[in-house]
Amino acid sequence: MEMPAPSTHVLARKEQIVARLKEVLPTNAVISDENQTRAYECDALTAYKCPPLCAILPANTAEVSAALKVCHEMGVPVVPRGSGTSLAGGALPTADCVILGVAKMNGVIETNYADRYIKVQSGRTNLSVTGAVEAEGFFYAPDPSSQLACAIAGNIAMNSGGAHCLKYGVTTNNLMGVTMVMMDGTIVDVGGAHLDAAGLDVLGVICGSEGQLGVVTEATLRILHKPEGARPVLMGYDSAETAGQVVSDIIKAGILPVAIEYMDEMLIGVCEEFSGAGYPECEALLIVEVEGSEAEIDDQLARIKTIAAKHNPVELREAQSPDEAARIWAGRKAAFSAIGKISDYMCLDGTIPVSSLPYVLKRIGEMSKHYGLGVGNVFHAGDGNMHPLILYDANKPGDLEICEAFGAEVLKLCVEVGGCLTGEHGVGIEKRDLMTVQYDPADLEAQMAIKDVFDPDWLLNAAKVFPLASSEPRRAA
Amino acid sequence: MTPSTEAELAEMIATSDEPLRIKGGGTRPIGRTEGQELSTAKLSGISLYEPGALTIVAGSGTPLSEVEAALAAENQRLAFEPMDHRPLLGTTGAPTLGGMVAANISGPRRIAVGACRDFMLGVRCVDGAGTIIKNGGRVMKNVTGYDLVKLMTGSYGTLGVLTEVSLKVLPDVETMGTVMLHGLRDDRAIAALSAALGSPFEATGAAHFPKSKFGEPLTMIRIEGFETSVKYRAEKLRDLLKNYGDAEIAVGATEGPGAAEGWKWVRDAAAFTDQPGDVWRVSCKPSDAAGIAARMGAKAVQYDWGGGLIWALTEAGHDLRAAIGAFDGHATLIRGTADLPVFHPEAPALAAITSGLRAKFDPRGILNPGIMT
Repeated sequence: MEMPAPSTHVLARKEQIVARLKEVLPTNAVISDENQTRAYECDALTAYKCPPLCAILPANTAEVSAALKVCHEMGVPVVPRGSGTSLAGGALPTADCVILGVAKMNGVIETNYADRYIKVQSGRTNLSVTGAVEAEGFFYAPDPSSQLACAIAGNIAMNSGGAHCLKYGVTTNNLMGVTMVMMDGTIVDVGGAHLDAAGLDVLGVICGSEGQLGVVTEATLRILHKPEGARPVLMGYDSAETAGQVVSDIIKAGILPVAIEYMDEMLIGVCEEFSGAGYPECEALLIVEVEGSEAEIDDQLARIKTIAAKHNPVELREAQSPDEAARIWAGRKAAFSAIGKISDYMCLDGTIPVSSLPYVLKRIGEMSKHYGLGVGNVFHAGDGNMHPLILYDANKPGDLEICEAFGAEVLKLCVEVGGCLTGEHGVGIEKRDLMTVQYDPADLEAQMAIKDVFDPDWLLNAAKVFPLASSEPRRAA
Repeated sequence: MTPSTEAELAEMIATSDEPLRIKGGGTRPIGRTEGQELSTAKLSGISLYEPGALTIVAGSGTPLSEVEAALAAENQRLAFEPMDHRPLLGTTGAPTLGGMVAANISGPRRIAVGACRDFMLGVRCVDGAGTIIKNGGRVMKNVTGYDLVKLMTGSYGTLGVLTEVSLKVLPDVETMGTVMLHGLRDDRAIAALSAALGSPFEATGAAHFPKSKFGEPLTMIRIEGFETSVKYRAEKLRDLLKNYGDAEIAVGATEGPGAAEGWKWVRDAAAFTDQPGDVWRVSCKPSDAAGIAARMGAKAVQYDWGGGLIWALTEAGHDLRAAIGAFDGHATLIRGTADLPVFHPEAPALAAITSGLRAKFDPRGILNPGIMT
């Protein structure tokens, strides 16, 4: 993965830049020692590393504004960083950049149960947002697998999803407002505790802009009361076609489960070993979860099981206890770490129309043979968001490149069948050079024009999202 | 001008040397504009509908009724419940899909499931330079590049003329129930609605009329789903709200305020249809709503979205924003002739961003110029 050459003009002024930042920030909020900046050299896409010029950890909006003003005046690139859990390289530094970490900004500013929102600083972790409101029975709905560690700032940057977004939506559907600092230090408030925009939906374009438009420092998030209960049902089938048909039939019957998860044979085996959930041996496993009171759950699961039974399942089993339900989910949620125990892997994130599932899985199987690398599939089946996990050996020269070529071909296939490159992880550097597969030059030009408005000098996270060749004239200007 | 293809539309915009007034069905003349009429009427038709994937794709000029009929045949619907502006604004014609999207039109269910923008999956449009742009697609989760889909939704044609949109749809429900409380003061009613919306019982509508059709205050909470579930939740809500009075429950009613007709009344602000005066739509924090309504100097108000949306009927020309003063939210003049901005003025930092965006997408300022001011 190519990154632009660092600016020698910036590198040469490291001392002055650090000194200016120390003038506007507490001394311990500026990290310039090379042993310490290494902590920021990569995010969860660990195949790529580069220590930044320095890292700063401002504590509030005013400090972010002051620091960005300095960087803007001195022409220094800035890469914002949430918790560094991006799988797409969204927080990968360049050698000439200042990493702006939001980790110190983790406070709760306001909770309001009558109006059902919480206002937090953006460095707060996803799970601790729910932690702040669960005593009152509330929760924050988007639940990315990394929710224990990932920051709201990163969730907003990538418009993160999760397993339960079939019912509750992704970040953009649960974000009511932000306070954001633009590259020149201007502080702008967008949205708030009310619904919908007064004019253009600027909040809608900020969410998912991968830290390229500004640094979000505070966020107003919608909170919901927890359901009375939830229960999953497991169903196993001997073909991907049948499992896909079952998903379609459930949805067509007017039932909207809170989650429908799919695992293929390889993942079933790995996750079973990891969690002991009692997954059956079969080609395709579905976990379907519904919510409500005990009676409502019984009623919905009866309807779902009637549909499932029509398609000759290998296994059809409802969780009989909270412990069993927890183990069913533990297996699925541990899919990435379970695979990680047996091999290095690359996690893809393409989304496809649900109807294309059997065809896409067949093609991925063929590609796996062609490239000689194993692949497992977990899948948010209700919304078509695939997560093929391609196995490779990081210590074997050339294996990563083969893996990346395989991954690129899978993502091209997702676009070919009417889907997209990334459903919830973001483009970052990982899918940057594939953007031309999904978008024409005019489509990319329209997106880059938006960045021109927010960050005319292209200093914020500029080497991400857009193919370097497309963004070159702007970055060089 | 009535282009019949996207390419023809692009050519018309690229070569136009005068402002264009973009027209869908012409049923929602919100905001003021001028110029030559440009109709999307011929960019019509459903190109893809996959009920099992909850996805529909159609031309912007497709009549909304055609989309709703196709969905109804598969027992699905547009869950955000778009308002019909015709009675309130005294317009005729057929609302189009593109018009609905351009104005981000939602209804009472917005409080539970989200607005039109939350169901938008993809757009194709032509910008002010005549360039064809696509963004998003037809899948439910998509974070590939910036989300221009949200930006285009609710932009009233000022950033581009929509040619095709894709939307997420949801299953229709087996039945509906309404829990009704009578005689509550506005602040008490909104507290009751907040309690319902903050419960696990998934209210899909939460409205209050200080003066209902029947003269007295009426507070309405809607639940939808399978019949046994609706009955159960209605009972639970009645228990939850017992401090606010003895609630009346209507499940599967075919007439009266607890029936579909009652929620259509809420959706279309029907109480103000034949009343003279200006009509304002105010989005605010629900717990501020009663105070804001008291400061408005309105002739009448009604609340939706649990208090988060206030519809107000005022004397013609009344400056409602001045009467309210500063608040967390915004007010839009939906019907009126007053010489006031139709859309709520934005704070300077945000206004600089929005005018920057308009300049990029419509550098000559020819798409519905001035409509969002």
